[in-house]
Amino acid sequence: MNETPKPIAGTASYLDDRLGAGSFLKRNLRKVFPDHWSFLLGEIALYSFIILLLTGTFLTFWFKPSMGHVEYQGVYEPLKGVMMSEAYASTLHISFEVRGGLLIRQMHHWAALLFVAGMMVHALRVFFTGAYRKPRELNWLIGVLLLTLALAEGLTGYSLPDDLLSGAGLRITEGVAISLPIVGTYITFFLFGGEYPGVDVISRFYTLHILLIPGILLALISAHMVLMWVQKHTQMPGPGRTEHNVVGAPFYPAFMAKAGAYFLFTFACIAGLGTFAQINPIWLFGPYTPADISAGSQPDFYMGFLEGALRLMPAWEINFLGHTLPLSVLIPALVPMGIIMTGLALYPFAEQWITGDRREHHLADRPRNAPVRTSIGMAAVTFYGILWLLGANDEISTHFHIGLYETTIIGRFAIFLGPAIAYWITYRICIGLQRRDQDILSHGVESGVIKRLPHGEYIEVHTPPAEDIAEHMRGKKQIQIVPGDDDKDGIPPKGVRGPIGKLRAKASKFYGTDHVPLDGDGHHDGHADEHAAVGAGDKPRELH
Amino acid sequence: MTDNELPGPDDEARVPRRVIGTPAQGTAVLGTRPVETEVETPGVTLPDPADARKAERTVTLLFFVAFLAGIAFIASYVVFQVGSLDKTAVSNAALGGTLTVALLALAAGVVVWVRRIMPKYNLVQERHDMRSDDDTRGYVDETFRAGASESGFVKHKMMRRTLLLAAAPLGLAPLVLLKDLGPLPGTSLRHTVWKKGMKLVVEGTGQPILAADFDSPGGILSVVPEGYEHDLNALAKATLILIKFRPEDLKSGTIKNWTYDGIVAYSKICTHVGCPAALYEQTTHHILCPCHQSTFDATDGAKVIFGPAARPLPQLPIGVDGQGYLIAQADFDVPVGPSFWERGDAEAEAREARGNQS
Amino acid sequence: MIGTGISVNSITARRRRHPLARLAVVALALGLLGGGYAAAAPSDSTADAAVASGKADDVAEGRSLFVAHCASCHGLSAEGTSMGPTLVGVGAAAVDFQVSSGRMPAADPSAQAPRKPLGEWVTPEAVRQLAAYVQTLGGGPTIPTKEMVSGGDAAKGGELFRANCIQCHNFVGAGGALTYGKYAPDLNESTPEQIYEAMATGPQAMPVFNDSVVKPENKADIIAYITQVRGQVDPGGFGLGRIGPVTEGLVVWVAGISFMSLAAIWITAKKRKRTSK
Repeated sequence: MNETPKPIAGTASYLDDRLGAGSFLKRNLRKVFPDHWSFLLGEIALYSFIILLLTGTFLTFWFKPSMGHVEYQGVYEPLKGVMMSEAYASTLHISFEVRGGLLIRQMHHWAALLFVAGMMVHALRVFFTGAYRKPRELNWLIGVLLLTLALAEGLTGYSLPDDLLSGAGLRITEGVAISLPIVGTYITFFLFGGEYPGVDVISRFYTLHILLIPGILLALISAHMVLMWVQKHTQMPGPGRTEHNVVGAPFYPAFMAKAGAYFLFTFACIAGLGTFAQINPIWLFGPYTPADISAGSQPDFYMGFLEGALRLMPAWEINFLGHTLPLSVLIPALVPMGIIMTGLALYPFAEQWITGDRREHHLADRPRNAPVRTSIGMAAVTFYGILWLLGANDEISTHFHIGLYETTIIGRFAIFLGPAIAYWITYRICIGLQRRDQDILSHGVESGVIKRLPHGEYIEVHTPPAEDIAEHMRGKKQIQIVPGDDDKDGIPPKGVRGPIGKLRAKASKFYGTDHVPLDGDGHHDGHADEHAAVGAGDKPRELH
Repeated sequence: MTDNELPGPDDEARVPRRVIGTPAQGTAVLGTRPVETEVETPGVTLPDPADARKAERTVTLLFFVAFLAGIAFIASYVVFQVGSLDKTAVSNAALGGTLTVALLALAAGVVVWVRRIMPKYNLVQERHDMRSDDDTRGYVDETFRAGASESGFVKHKMMRRTLLLAAAPLGLAPLVLLKDLGPLPGTSLRHTVWKKGMKLVVEGTGQPILAADFDSPGGILSVVPEGYEHDLNALAKATLILIKFRPEDLKSGTIKNWTYDGIVAYSKICTHVGCPAALYEQTTHHILCPCHQSTFDATDGAKVIFGPAARPLPQLPIGVDGQGYLIAQADFDVPVGPSFWERGDAEAEAREARGNQS
Repeated sequence: MIGTGISVNSITARRRRHPLARLAVVALALGLLGGGYAAAAPSDSTADAAVASGKADDVAEGRSLFVAHCASCHGLSAEGTSMGPTLVGVGAAAVDFQVSSGRMPAADPSAQAPRKPLGEWVTPEAVRQLAAYVQTLGGGPTIPTKEMVSGGDAAKGGELFRANCIQCHNFVGAGGALTYGKYAPDLNESTPEQIYEAMATGPQAMPVFNDSVVKPENKADIIAYITQVRGQVDPGGFGLGRIGPVTEGLVVWVAGISFMSLAAIWITAKKRKRTSK
């Protein structure tokens, strides 16, 4: 393009005269974004959120957040004449009497699931690559907050149609809220406007769901993006990539187009699911009444781990001085959520304390190169996964013919053993992969070419790995360890004195010790000598 | 790895030196100077023109498909009406299908465009420490202290303290405003609408139950209080399951004189978190809550035999009226449903009260 | 019914008669209907009675079938053994339910006899004869007629279904788990007669819903709901087994996240240059 078209140039000048946007664009049009497929995962959540806002607005045009009782007179035959809340009736109306209503409602629900799932895979990517490290701790905290809010947003939205399934979820929410010590009954009465279910909770959840929580989400997502923009994205190790630069494609035009394409893919994925996979068929569930329940009542997947925790718990309850502490509700409702969310929030700071590493990190770790972190992450994933699985233990029991109680009892052991086993296996795999990297760097990769040596021995010709892959492997960084050894006077260094200090030194050693250090440039002189005759002068080195 | 195809810049590739759109003095922000597109810039690998032309055909085709699908979407909206399950199914498939195709084609088109028509980039940009330099820090620090002392906030103690004092009640105000969200619990959780003489009616039909009719051992009914069939607040606590046993099946946990002819009424509201515990196996006499699988032995006062519920389902005293219809003899003597802080060991108190009566 | 409605309209619309004429016609129509029903009903009950008491040869046939296929567990005179309960008083309905659904004869003693393909000897005729024989042993619920399992009000049935059935069988009758390996079966393969018989007899772990607590017309309502809902399309695409959020969660991870990952890989992938160093 030799000349900027007049209308664009005109508008741009008009805006620049008033906003001074030119200097911002000068700095940012060619902002460089590193390229790695996993860096796009967070965008699933971002774009799902946009689609949620759009489809959600559409739904509000017809949805009536009211628990007023009406007799259904819509088009769905098997419910005609049945008494139900206006919320449920209007959801049926959206589904069957508004063109595109069912599609948009299904897309809204699928987008909600994809929103949370996208956040989870993004969080895992950030965790396993250590991308939460300085200077990105604050953005990590915002992310944890976003995940928590997304769960609340999902819970409030799930309850709105007031069908028998969502009502079961609401009833469980009430049962959990009322079990809280001291304030439980008050919180419940304030939330429901009196006794459960009351007539207020749907309209209150509605306000939270369409105004308060999305408002906060929008603000936090914006902050999340701004921080990412300002701090620049982390990058994977590779040729020419250092802690002090960022290598990749410019925002304009390449990254912009890629992000646009990914938005369209997200939109298409949600539209496709909304078309071909029926979700939350509320007409099959019937209107809510606290007197009825269905077999296989489950929450949406992101609440499954809480449901599983509730199912797993033995019947512990303490009565003292006229008060009741229902541990069989409190522990599962608070502990797993507490472990996961608090653990996520504190991890960057705990790691900093253990390693004593206060440097900025812009090169991502490959998960294998931080084996303890990766193993802790996999243990947490296993912990979450087992709880999630047990949230569906009745479906597992029916569909795989395992006794119902057996699933629970197995789960009670698995919740402790599973994470430990996952930790150990992951650790072994990480070390194994590091050895393999080491092997490739020092011995090259198998070329598939078999040669016969003059004295009759057959060898496979090994070639050095491609330069970019080698660079990627050589990007391994030592994890910092706090100095723990006593100095010559027998006095331990500052920071590791006292029992806590000793613990820290131990933890640091455990966390950071590199069991498979990379050795130099990968030349094993012995091997080189051994086969020097073969391929001498050639690039490929022949090694075993 | 899919992403490391890099030309391997020996000399550090840089952001192109020519800055796009830098305006000449006094011109528009997006200027009119020609941009030399053919100049080789380090880190920017232009695509093979022949391949780009081929790619353009693909992209054009995809965009045209998106256009057609978009038209089909609008046409589907006009053509396919809703108003029954079958019509909705057709409408949903048509609208969603066309929308999906349009979006997918558009997305694929853009990807082909980026990958085969735009150059391959390997630009390098410097990072700078997030931290500001020491001069800046020093300046901010000085300015802050100067401003603080200029404002007099530090010096004038009374002003500072009364300001903080003023903020405290105003900070609490929003919490106070929330008080009318609901009434205080009081003793409402300890009672249900059941009272002496109230008829048990079948959930769903509202018919009263003749004890003589409910005569098949192994039978079960979901029962609600007469007059409250559609009062959800009442139902959330007062719904019952009515089970018929052979009298010899009943064990000591069940209060016999609260039953009638082998008919026992338990609260249907699970003592764990309040789901209706309604799943009854007549062979084992288990009542199972489908939510979290608490299991109660119906023959033995609904005591817990598995799962997270800590207390038995409360039993309602029942009898018959003059015409033989089942009625309640009284309200439950313990709170029904999930545990709460103020509940205490209501079962022990109730046992004691019953002991005193007899 | 519909025919009568039309005739009422056509008669009253064409000739303007005394206002009472319309009433008279309606009354007449109702009378005729009632008469028709009354005439039909006894014939049903006689048919029933024939099955119940069993014609002599049916009962004899049934007894020999019983001895051949059932007596090993239930005893030679159906008095019950350690392997199987007594069948005295279970009624023809129980036999028809168990045998026509393939549950009986049981293949092996497990927690619960599953629905399975029918054995070769299990013809409708054989089931009828077997049922007739068991019915003679001590009465009990009889096999419902076609009329008893059709014509219900689905909306009413839905309310009763939600009140009494879904806690075990799930919203759409997809079934659910019970304790110790037992389960509430999927209702989607059950015939209307089998559903009726299950309610009337309470097979295996299922409670009994006898005719005085869930009236026969309400049983027809429930059957109407089950059959209507299981036959209706899923307007939102594939039904995902209609078991709720478990499969939905599976789909969003297996299909959604996988698709998005593949899209991300395609967008960021670069063609590796052939390096021939």
